[in-house]
Amino acid sequence: MLHIKCPHCGMRSQNEFSYGGDATIKRPELNKEISDQDWNNFVYNRKSLRGKHLELWQHLSGCRQWIKVERDTATHEIFKTLKANQDI
Amino acid sequence: MSQDFRLDTVGLINRDKKLSFKFNGKNYFGYEGDTLASALLANGVHLIGRSFKYHRPRGFFGAGVDEPYAIVQLYRNNETEPNVKTTEQELFEGLEATSVNCWPSVNFDIGAINNLLKVFLPAGFYYKTFMWPKSFWYKVYEPFIRKAAGLGVASIKHDKERYEHKYEYCDLLIAGSGPSGLASAYAAAKNGARVILAEDKPRFGGTLLTSEVNIGNQTGKEWAENIIAELKEMPNVTVKNRSQVFGYYDHNMVVMSEKISDHLPKTKKHHPKQRLWYIRAKEVLISSGSIERPLVFGNNDTPGVMLSSAAKEYLKVYGVLVGKKPLIFTNNDSGYETAIEFKKNGVEPIILDTRKEPNSEIIDEAKNLGIQIKFSYVVVAAKGYKKVNAAEIAKISDNKNDLGVLENIICDCICVSGFWTPTIHLASQSGNKTKFDKEIDAFVPGISKQNETTLGAANGKFTLAETLKDSFDAGYELSKKITKNDNKVSYPIVVEKNKTTHDKFWCVPLPKGKNYKRFLDFQNDVAVSDIEIALKEGYRSIEHVKRYTTLGMATDQGKTSNLNGLQLVSDMENKIVPEVGHTTFRPPYTPVTIGAIVGREVGKHSRPTRKSPINSWHEKNNAVFVDAGVWLRPRYYKQGNETLFEGSKREAKNVRVNVGVCDVTTLGKIDIKGPDAAELLNRVYTNAWLKLPVGKARYGVMLREDGIVMDDGTTTRISENHYHMTTTTAQAANVLSHLEYYLQLVWPELNVNVVSTTEQWAGAAIAGPKSRDLLQNLFPNIDASNEGLPFMGYLEGELFGVHARIFRISFSGELAYEVNVESDNGNFMWKKIMEIGKEFKIQPYGTEALSTLRIEMGHVAGSELDGRTIPYDNGLEGMISKNKDFIGKRSLNKKAFVAEDRQKVVGVVPLDKKTSIPEGSHLVRDVNAQLPNPKLGYISASCWSVEHDNPFSLAILKDGKNMIGQKLFVMSPLKNITIPVEIVSSHYVDPKGERVRS
Repeated sequence: MLHIKCPHCGMRSQNEFSYGGDATIKRPELNKEISDQDWNNFVYNRKSLRGKHLELWQHLSGCRQWIKVERDTATHEIFKTLKANQDI
Repeated sequence: MSQDFRLDTVGLINRDKKLSFKFNGKNYFGYEGDTLASALLANGVHLIGRSFKYHRPRGFFGAGVDEPYAIVQLYRNNETEPNVKTTEQELFEGLEATSVNCWPSVNFDIGAINNLLKVFLPAGFYYKTFMWPKSFWYKVYEPFIRKAAGLGVASIKHDKERYEHKYEYCDLLIAGSGPSGLASAYAAAKNGARVILAEDKPRFGGTLLTSEVNIGNQTGKEWAENIIAELKEMPNVTVKNRSQVFGYYDHNMVVMSEKISDHLPKTKKHHPKQRLWYIRAKEVLISSGSIERPLVFGNNDTPGVMLSSAAKEYLKVYGVLVGKKPLIFTNNDSGYETAIEFKKNGVEPIILDTRKEPNSEIIDEAKNLGIQIKFSYVVVAAKGYKKVNAAEIAKISDNKNDLGVLENIICDCICVSGFWTPTIHLASQSGNKTKFDKEIDAFVPGISKQNETTLGAANGKFTLAETLKDSFDAGYELSKKITKNDNKVSYPIVVEKNKTTHDKFWCVPLPKGKNYKRFLDFQNDVAVSDIEIALKEGYRSIEHVKRYTTLGMATDQGKTSNLNGLQLVSDMENKIVPEVGHTTFRPPYTPVTIGAIVGREVGKHSRPTRKSPINSWHEKNNAVFVDAGVWLRPRYYKQGNETLFEGSKREAKNVRVNVGVCDVTTLGKIDIKGPDAAELLNRVYTNAWLKLPVGKARYGVMLREDGIVMDDGTTTRISENHYHMTTTTAQAANVLSHLEYYLQLVWPELNVNVVSTTEQWAGAAIAGPKSRDLLQNLFPNIDASNEGLPFMGYLEGELFGVHARIFRISFSGELAYEVNVESDNGNFMWKKIMEIGKEFKIQPYGTEALSTLRIEMGHVAGSELDGRTIPYDNGLEGMISKNKDFIGKRSLNKKAFVAEDRQKVVGVVPLDKKTSIPEGSHLVRDVNAQLPNPKLGYISASCWSVEHDNPFSLAILKDGKNMIGQKLFVMSPLKNITIPVEIVSSHYVDPKGERVRS
């Protein structure tokens, strides 16, 4: 079980969090023309990385904040955790 | 009754307390402190079971966790447990056990015919033989193999025992209480660290209990006892016996299984049987010791062949002689220690040493005691079927290839020692890159990935002085890092006998003309010949060889067999062991009961039960409950002997005719506040929200980004910047996370706050033609007329002094209202509604009637909004705004989503107007079509329409828009029925929606 440092609450066990996928995906702006390909990339296409991955977690059973976690997908090492509005 | 193999004084058992037990129906006795294994051996019982494949007789091989075959079916307090290791099971009064894997009895076993057929049962036999014909597999081969194979039998009874989980944090977790565990725990504890010391056996001390050493002028055993006593007194130390650390997971999370009651005849009241500990440790010290490695020779699985360390443990801990004419077969000095113990207790051992001219203090001691030693000698084969009665021995050439003349030697047990294998399982599980140590011919931990340190024998250090020094240092250094304290304890003086190197020899060659089975894996019956076949057939990767031969795959997970298997593959391939590599070590290190893993989360505790504040009223009024998501809801209120069908029909009918009341507390509720609240709703819902006036509610549908409907519900504007959103019961939590996601990550510029208020409000839906009259009587001070409170209107009022929110919304298709009060007043509200509603013939209705009402009016719900449908499919295309963007809108123009013959919700009525349609059935055009019959759609929800008094269903049907009026068939292969049906509009009742607006 991972040990994740919530930037708001401190070290907590993984079972307080839920996983939210790739944190580098940006939602296209509302009311903006976008090609089918770009839209499909946003909705469906994700890389399955081995190594460093910036991902979203929500501290569901804690402060309910969405946070960013930089984690190695192979070793599970967590390098850094950030608040939702912070960037690496 | 006497015990022929029990010594009079030696051992740590309590001879004052006799315990009686039964094995295979026969009565025996042992003493308090015995294991089942030691008690059986004391009684001279060596035959325990039959092996997995050949059904060869099996006895005891080890004395602890490494035991490969002395497993039994255990009976305790009217319960039974399979595959219990006799070497770990402590004896208790009244214990009963039987052999596994033998029929009809351990002494006469029909399956043993396999032993005679062994030439036909080589590695991969099952894979090769039982392939053809294919149809035979399920009917003939598999049942046969299952009956013949298999170990113990799992109980099918409900397990009444209690199991617990515990979460713990500490500075240092130390696995194993041998010399290194004790020393490191002591050094760390004295330096102020929070320490947990775990020992899998009942007694602390590990090898100190059996070895002849001296620490600080005390015997090893005395030293261990004193250290443990001192540790137990320290407030920063937790000491646990009968506790196996079996798994090392990410981020220094280790899991430990504590057996609290397994050694007792019956679990004490209020005690758990076992407890699972999840321990997050800053540092983990692995002092799990080592396991003696077997030597491989002919018939080395015969009962009476066992590890020499086990023989020593039975003698020194339990006062049991495993034989009276022991043969010690060794490639190192450890065998001598066992021989010396036998000799000291009046038994004459003979030592066969594979080495030519070894010299050490301990060999000298054996010589001085007059023990007979044969150097450059090997055991070629054990003799005897159910018990060793002799051994075939021979001199072996210096290059270990050639055997001399075979000689017979009488003996009743063969104690083998092939040097030591460090127990690196936990280190390997932690991600440690293990390395091969040529000095000791075994893998040892290498570079750590997590905060893990391996000490002592587990780290390949086999002298006590070195082990203690390393461990005192590690305990001190690691604790210093954590506590910043600097209290160092001094090393004690250690006296031990020096030893010399072992012989790099494990597998005795076969003599000419003999084809003895030489076993590597005793539980899975994997022999040297099986490895040879696997290699001959082209298997190279050790992982493949393992799976093809099943080497190391039995319940003991190859604790005694893996390294010999690797050595053999290396020798045959002319490689060195590190090139072959070892198979992956995975948790658990020892079997863990399902009960311990599940813990208290069983039965109704498997998840929390959420109850509405009105629940007590429901209970008192004969509600039959149903699990609705995480909630417990009334399904119907039973009157007399009513069935669900009758009761729900009555309740639904009463809504259509008079008025009904339904507990809708479980609906998800989200409070939304802030100047940008309307903008958020406008982006989240598919329809327009910017112009909703205060005091009005609106129905909304929300999508996922992929265009699939996520949820629906009504949202009401309470005041300028304050909205009250409702969600379906099932999606409440997901919708909140969804909103939080967009507010925190995507549109942080929106000034809005959301919070769940599901549990803050109790809700009652009042539905039916008489609901307005009832509402007016409940709230005399409001204007309940159609003008005063129109459809989708909202008012606040006082319900006999209690503040209430009144929404004119309808799920049933009738004129209806929803009243919300603070949860604490829920019961009061409900009682008032029932009391005032009496004159309008009010009846409460449950979820079944609720479904009936919504289905027959064609209101889509969870069974249509099932995560696979878009708005169009649900007839909600009118809800989509063309003038604004919203979550998921861009996905709706996908080709499949706008296809002409896109699926759509329809109504389905059986032609006979009688046959109920099972939910989940398929809709097809032609019942006689060739299989697979093209499926046009599926039944999503079914009810008995109270309005029309016939069955009615909703279906999602391909080209549903153009199918109204067509005749199709409903097929349910599951129930084996076919029903001719007509497709009708999904709005079966009040298609124009006049009632809700009346």
